[in-house]
Amino acid sequence: MIQLIPRENVSPVLSLLGPLFSIGFTMLIGGILFYFLGVDPFAAIKMIFWDPIMSETFSSYSIPQIFIKGAPLILIALGLSVGFKANIWNIGAEGQYIMGAIFGASFALSLYPMNSAFIFPLMVLIGIAGGCLWSMIPAILKIRFNVNEILVSLMLVYVAEQILALASLGFLRNPDGAGFPGSRNLSQYPSASNSELILGTGIHLGVVLSLFMIVFFYILLFRHSLGFKIKLLGSSPKAYSFSGQNPNKLILICLTLSGGLAGLAGIMEVAGPAGQINIDFNVGYGFTAIIVAFLGRLNPIGILFAGLVMALTYVGGELTQFMLNLPAAAIQLFQGMLLFFLLSFDLFVYYKIRLGGN
Amino acid sequence: MGLSEINLAVLVASLIVASTPLVLAALGELIVEKSGVLNLGVEGMMIIGAVSGFIVGVETGSAYIGMIAAAIAGALLSLLFAFIVLIMQANQVASGLALTIFGLGLAALMGHPYTGIKSPQIQTISMPFLSDIPLIGQMFFQHDLIVYLSLIAVFVVWYFLNRMRLGLVLRSVGEDHDVAHSLGYRVISIRFLAIMFGGAMAGVGGGYLSLVRVPQWTEGMTAGAGWIALALVVFSGWRPGRLLIGAYIFGGITILQLNLQAIGVNINIAILSMAPYLATILALVLISMSRLHGKRGAPGCLGKSFVKSV
Repeated sequence: MIQLIPRENVSPVLSLLGPLFSIGFTMLIGGILFYFLGVDPFAAIKMIFWDPIMSETFSSYSIPQIFIKGAPLILIALGLSVGFKANIWNIGAEGQYIMGAIFGASFALSLYPMNSAFIFPLMVLIGIAGGCLWSMIPAILKIRFNVNEILVSLMLVYVAEQILALASLGFLRNPDGAGFPGSRNLSQYPSASNSELILGTGIHLGVVLSLFMIVFFYILLFRHSLGFKIKLLGSSPKAYSFSGQNPNKLILICLTLSGGLAGLAGIMEVAGPAGQINIDFNVGYGFTAIIVAFLGRLNPIGILFAGLVMALTYVGGELTQFMLNLPAAAIQLFQGMLLFFLLSFDLFVYYKIRLGGN
Repeated sequence: MGLSEINLAVLVASLIVASTPLVLAALGELIVEKSGVLNLGVEGMMIIGAVSGFIVGVETGSAYIGMIAAAIAGALLSLLFAFIVLIMQANQVASGLALTIFGLGLAALMGHPYTGIKSPQIQTISMPFLSDIPLIGQMFFQHDLIVYLSLIAVFVVWYFLNRMRLGLVLRSVGEDHDVAHSLGYRVISIRFLAIMFGGAMAGVGGGYLSLVRVPQWTEGMTAGAGWIALALVVFSGWRPGRLLIGAYIFGGITILQLNLQAIGVNINIAILSMAPYLATILALVLISMSRLHGKRGAPGCLGKSFVKSV
């Protein structure tokens, strides 16, 4: 018989090895999958994980791209990780990301073509507020009526997608756009543009902010009492209530943080790399960030690496699409697989396994 | 065209067709949750059912064989979830999400060559005599086999849970797995079977979408149906009869908004398209507000891992 014995302390070594093993296993199974799709597995794996960084032809473009794609993932995952620790499951970050972008862009575009130094910072703040507003709906419904936040936050993603359609075909449509869907391009509006900081790389303020937020969340979680409260609520809600704390306040804080950061990611993206509000603005960062949060073990520094690895699979995935004609869905499959392996590996982190009879 | 263009009989008949995938998937999830497991991967299992059912349906030319394939595919995918959750003790919420992400990716990959093909037809079976009743006949008794089966399934699930010994065992496992274990019931095996049943039902629900309801394969075609099925289970208070009513109300809202779009009512399409999702949120709020309902019906061990204690 196999017997599971809970560990008294979570093994830190295994906790670190888990994500690495999971990536390894994903490469292995992914390689087998590629083989069956008629693609050379070694070439494909190399192109996803190696070429974007090391290849001379691609790296000058790819390395900054990893940071650009990693920034929204890291921002959103940081916010989500706090809630996940406390057992508050906001899985609608995709919707909050969209709403952040719409709110911020609506503000900036309503002032077009006015020039002012105040527009950009205000736009960012309004974007954050937009994300918060969208995550406040599940928060308030959970606090007030005890409605499941998982389902509400997810339903709101579909609502946000419809509002996005409404915006790009209607109220934000570029009046000079010859009837094409999509708003004015914010990158051509100097007061609102989230322009690149290092010329020719595309690295923008969002990238810098994502790195800054890692430090902020590290302090919040490990040096501030809030971090302790979050862990307490997650591991023992009863103990939390007995200690005289109000769990509702924490629900509000967690959803504000995750919604706000998703909104920040959204406004940074729409004013920067994406440039405009359009129907296909959202590409699933809000969902991938859930994987990033787990891959990073809900730890800010872990999330930094996890976000970059996941961004690498996006960039590498695009390469395989161009070079090997591999379908885009293969990368999504990869990401799902990675999460499976990670979650399975947790068994060894939390339990000792004893073989043999009783 | 105006509101009078909407034919009531056709409306009710299409409402039932629209609701059937939800009824099937939600019934499956009801059994899973009654056994104490929360599987958030319904969306993933549905879409795998949709794509597998469609591929097999097109290749064999039979929608029925497609449906069977959809059930098998859904059950197989759920096995992955069962293994991770029951054997590897992984967090159920996160594993369910992983299942959905994985399922959506796999389905997109599998279905790519099949985009834009038409599926084989499924015959409607007119109930003798009953289908001749004016209005009502057209509404309720001229459907395909799966619709009738879904209604039978509602009854069977109710009977299983409330009148059969095995149903009682399943409920006891969901209520308190430690007690059930000490009574000698095999918690893990029962949950495995429940999860597989849930997977098969979600698979058929998905297959019904791609083979009958739409009938076509498009990427991401479930569009949240799996999540709505999850909400329906909560809304029903874990009771099959109420689940059916809930699904039909929901299907009604979907069909009504589609009809309003079709006749060109002066409301923006995007706003109409939001209606099903907003209705789901509203339903969840209303059901949580009613004090009578409360948490009654929610299994005691829902979402908790079971570790065999010695």
